[in-house]
Amino acid sequence: MTGKKVRFGEKLLVVLLFVFLYAPILVLIVFSFNATKSRAVWTGFTFKWYGELFSDATLMSSLYTTLGVAVLSSLIATVAGTLAAMAFYNMKKRWRTPLLTISNIPVVNADIITGVSLSLLFVSVGKFLGHEYGFLGFGTLLLAHISFNIPYVVLSVMPKFRQLDNNLVDAAEDLGCTPAQAFTKVVLPQIMPGVVSGMLIAFTMSVDDFVISYFTAGTTTQTLSMYIYAMTRMRVSPKINAISTLLFTVVLALLIIINFRNNKNDGAAKPVTAKEIKQ
Amino acid sequence: MAKELIRLSHVSMAFDGEVVLDDMNIYFNDKEFLTLLGPSGCGKTTTLRIVGGFLTPTSGDVFFDGVRINDVPPSKRQVNTVFQRYALFPHLNVYENVAFGLRLQRPKISEKETAARVGEMLETVSLRGFEHRTVTSLSGGQQQRVAIARALVMRPKVLLLDEPLGALDMRLRKDMQQELKRIQQQMEITFIYVTHDQEEALAMSDTVVVMNAGKIQQIGSPEDIYNEPKNAFVADFIGESNIVDGIMRADEVVEIFGRKFRCVDKGFAPDEEVDVVIRPEDVDIVPPEKGLLIGTVTSVTFKGMHYDIIVDFYGFKWLIETTDFCPVGERIGIDIVPEGFHIMKKSIYSGMFGDYSSYSEEYDEISDAEYVEEAANDGEVPE
Ligand SMILES: Nc1ncnc2c1ncn2[C@@H]1O[C@H](COP(=O)(O)OP(=O)(O)OP(=O)(O)O)[C@@H](O)[C@H]1O
Ligand SMILES: [Mg+2]
Repeated sequence: MTGKKVRFGEKLLVVLLFVFLYAPILVLIVFSFNATKSRAVWTGFTFKWYGELFSDATLMSSLYTTLGVAVLSSLIATVAGTLAAMAFYNMKKRWRTPLLTISNIPVVNADIITGVSLSLLFVSVGKFLGHEYGFLGFGTLLLAHISFNIPYVVLSVMPKFRQLDNNLVDAAEDLGCTPAQAFTKVVLPQIMPGVVSGMLIAFTMSVDDFVISYFTAGTTTQTLSMYIYAMTRMRVSPKINAISTLLFTVVLALLIIINFRNNKNDGAAKPVTAKEIKQ
Repeated sequence: MAKELIRLSHVSMAFDGEVVLDDMNIYFNDKEFLTLLGPSGCGKTTTLRIVGGFLTPTSGDVFFDGVRINDVPPSKRQVNTVFQRYALFPHLNVYENVAFGLRLQRPKISEKETAARVGEMLETVSLRGFEHRTVTSLSGGQQQRVAIARALVMRPKVLLLDEPLGALDMRLRKDMQQELKRIQQQMEITFIYVTHDQEEALAMSDTVVVMNAGKIQQIGSPEDIYNEPKNAFVADFIGESNIVDGIMRADEVVEIFGRKFRCVDKGFAPDEEVDVVIRPEDVDIVPPEKGLLIGTVTSVTFKGMHYDIIVDFYGFKWLIETTDFCPVGERIGIDIVPEGFHIMKKSIYSGMFGDYSSYSEEYDEISDAEYVEEAANDGEVPE
């Protein structure tokens, strides 16, 4: 009897937890379809706000910035992160463990610290090169995203390297591969699931980011999340709800894909979701 | 007659200052079946990896057909390897695994010729019809044969095999031993074979190289190694041996337990201290009054074809193989023909082997269990 009560209590807790976690987003989504600008009263269903999004030129350009940065930074970070993981793998254990820890610190570091420090670096380098503040822009934004994305790729690819049979590379070279061919023909197919997961995580993190972008994009370049932030400061528009809903849906979809892939490719190499790593 | 193909000259290998191979000198002949035999960790794999080009020796030279090849990468050596754990490419099927090396060759080999050579190779290893299976779905023995086909399709001059049968069960092992020997003779190439199983080494090889602790102990034909072991380590590692201290009183006269025996060895210094090996099957049991030595039977084990008995001679226990049943406690005499004694110079291994005082019936089981466990730890047991 008490057991039943406990179980009921547990269920209630789980429900409360999910309400707590998702109620704000649910409200956001609901009001993105609200016919009037009211943020308290439901006045009828509409797609109006979504339609307006596409006629907002600033918004569209910030969307392109976000997508551009996400695509470029995740691609570059994937290449760099995979090569870094290979270098770690070939290292002596004595060096590998501490270096790997150091390389993963940015993942748990507060975004604000990463953002401020990158901004400081860019500005001082810019000044050194004779630029004033105008130095910050798409280039620095991209560099910042590449920088915070690399550790996620390393974390995702590293377990795949650990599973790799050492002799596979030897066997490939034995049969006539150059070291480069051995990598593309034998190693890459083995670690590919980790590489793709790493790239998806990097893309997601990039789309998701606000704080680091805010500090490194300068005054002329704007990402979607920066635009949303700016909108909240200027005027009240349900467009914010609409664009936030879209952003949430895209990130959620990516996370679901990543998780699904990881579960499919054996649990041993599960690099957990980006969110989990971050928290 | 036999042409020298590969030579290791003063090859030493050290990892982080720890010496693993110590001044190895050895040559491998064309079309020879040569086995590197030794206990775990003695440097067999390391030797093979040096020949294959995966390791560069710390010092010393590797020659192929008289040309120094220290700096030639594995892809450019006319040597292919069957790895200790197969190392098949899991993302490719059987056909593509075997075709892998052919596809890399320049000038390009036509798809038709590739298919013909792969087919021929799969025929040789009896894997026709398995072309499209994934390699992970194969049994250990089948994976082994894919690994052999993948290496042999390259038509190497030398095939290196690192404990290729280590993960197989006894029966399959025996079948594959014959299979490998047949393939080697059919292809007319050199096999350099690594094992720690002395029976396997004796059964398959033209030449056996016994190694221990990074040093070559003896090189010779299986018969030489068995009949004329160079030191107590070799005598003990190859088959069963009773090894006792002796003194060469003169040419062809050896003294053990204070008694002089006729033997066939000569060339030792007068009164030189030596190790004397007597194989269990070279001892004849005779009535006590006719025996050269008299001892008491302390244990009897039935082995099917014969009995293994342990006999106590003056506190030193011998293993003797006999077809006559001798009950425990019986006093027996023994006779040994002069050819039954094998005299060895004293070595660092003197006194370490050849005493059966700790022998018991469980002895075999214990060592078998250890082997299985070791294989399991290495992940070599087929799923
Ligand atoms: N890359 C390496 N780094 C450090 N030590 C090594 C390395 N490779 C081998 N060793 C050491 O060298 C010694 C010989 O190793 P090797 O693999 O040649 O032995 P083996 O005779 O093949 O043994 P087994 O029968 O167990 O396969 C061992 O002590 C091993 O630990
Ligand atoms: Mg080995």
